[in-house]
Amino acid sequence: MSENRYELNKNLAQMLKGGVIMDVTTPEQAKIAEAAGACAVMALERIPADIRAAGGVSRMSDPKMIKGIQKAVSIPVMAKARIGHFVEAQILEALEIDYIDESEVLSPADNTYHIDKTKFKAPFVCGARNLGEALRRIAEGASMIRTKGEAGTGDVVQAVTHMRAIQSGIREIASLREDELYNKAKELAVPLHLVEYVHEHKKLPVVNFSAGGVATPADAALMMQLGAEGVFVGSGIFKSGNPEKRAKAIVQAVTNYNNPKVLAELSEDLGEAMVGINADEIEILLAERGV
Amino acid sequence: MTIAVLALQGAFAEHEKILNALKIDTFQIRTKADAEREFDGLILPGGESTTIGKLLKDLEIFDVLKRKIENGLPVFGTCAGLILLAKDVVNDNRKYFDVMDIKAHRNAYGRQLGSFEAISTFGNIDNVPMVFIRAPFIESAGEGVEILSVVENRIVAARQKNILVTAFHPELLPDYTAIHQYFIDNIIKK
Repeated sequence: MSENRYELNKNLAQMLKGGVIMDVTTPEQAKIAEAAGACAVMALERIPADIRAAGGVSRMSDPKMIKGIQKAVSIPVMAKARIGHFVEAQILEALEIDYIDESEVLSPADNTYHIDKTKFKAPFVCGARNLGEALRRIAEGASMIRTKGEAGTGDVVQAVTHMRAIQSGIREIASLREDELYNKAKELAVPLHLVEYVHEHKKLPVVNFSAGGVATPADAALMMQLGAEGVFVGSGIFKSGNPEKRAKAIVQAVTNYNNPKVLAELSEDLGEAMVGINADEIEILLAERGV
Repeated sequence: MTIAVLALQGAFAEHEKILNALKIDTFQIRTKADAEREFDGLILPGGESTTIGKLLKDLEIFDVLKRKIENGLPVFGTCAGLILLAKDVVNDNRKYFDVMDIKAHRNAYGRQLGSFEAISTFGNIDNVPMVFIRAPFIESAGEGVEILSVVENRIVAARQKNILVTAFHPELLPDYTAIHQYFIDNIIKK
């Protein structure tokens, strides 16, 4: 991938900032998401809560389903490939997908290697639990990062943990002396130039969203106040009682995340939230896939 | 001089950085009360036009800004901002401010794989670096619209009285301030 293409891909993520990316499984849901103000949709056959319930191996979605969603909306369409499954990624690129999510929500295809994302023209977003994971994914060519959280639970605790870990990792690097950066790069198992970037700019070199367990406008605003630049909402919308209303409220909450009065209004009368499962009561932790 | 930046979604922080580098005061519009403040110019940033358009209406900001633009408030729209200002969008039946005599084409270069960079002229300014991300272009412009940039035979920047639009994103190049300077010198100060 040329440097120029990588910059363009990072730039698309800039345009998504302050927005909500919603998981959708049908063209109808995609239209609801777009009408509610989603800045992009993630096309997948089953939302994470259902993947979790069904068990078994979870793979890239049927291209026919993805194409249906691309036709239905004008906003960017993302789709998931399994960790390390570079052929699924090739297929998604051939579909001209706007962003590929190399995602722990699907079953990993490789226990050691992630996709070499520098070999693709299409942009990639990857999950991370801490700064080391985030920088390793960026070194592999990711042009956008999201927290892993714990998808399909409606429990925001892991997303909070991961966002705090990334932010405190950034603050730590910012506070180091220059002659301490090499050792930090070694500790994190990441290239030195990325540690130097974080030291100088006090931020990741790519846009950083939050994902995994966001179910309410308050959850979304919490992630924004903790430093997220936007939010992915997976199961939280279409597993709730009133998806249209909840989607719209979460979009507005991300814009006005610092305004409790607006958040109070938005949180009113949204109907049933998705039925949550506590992240510490579940057997398979998706976030532990691909580190 | 104070320029307000619409901060509902998208790359608004980048516009603020450039304006601050030019020693211009800025503030963000996120609520109706913000929109009702006094200011000398307005920026509509890049992002998703459907998202920004929807939030403009849901947060009751739309009518306030439309009235101000119609009364001559200088406004600069980039990419999604161009769509919001156009009177006609060929491939989208949604309408927003509906104030500039242009026919725009949304996502005109296709999906993300069609995003590209170019160097071209903008009015009298040569060698302007331009970044196009899922960009629109202007298919045709009415009388009274001054065409400022053409790339690959497509109009990508234009002006009509108090309204300036670019299909590309000058805000994505933090060290390049010439287009924002044009907006300040030729539209706000005139």
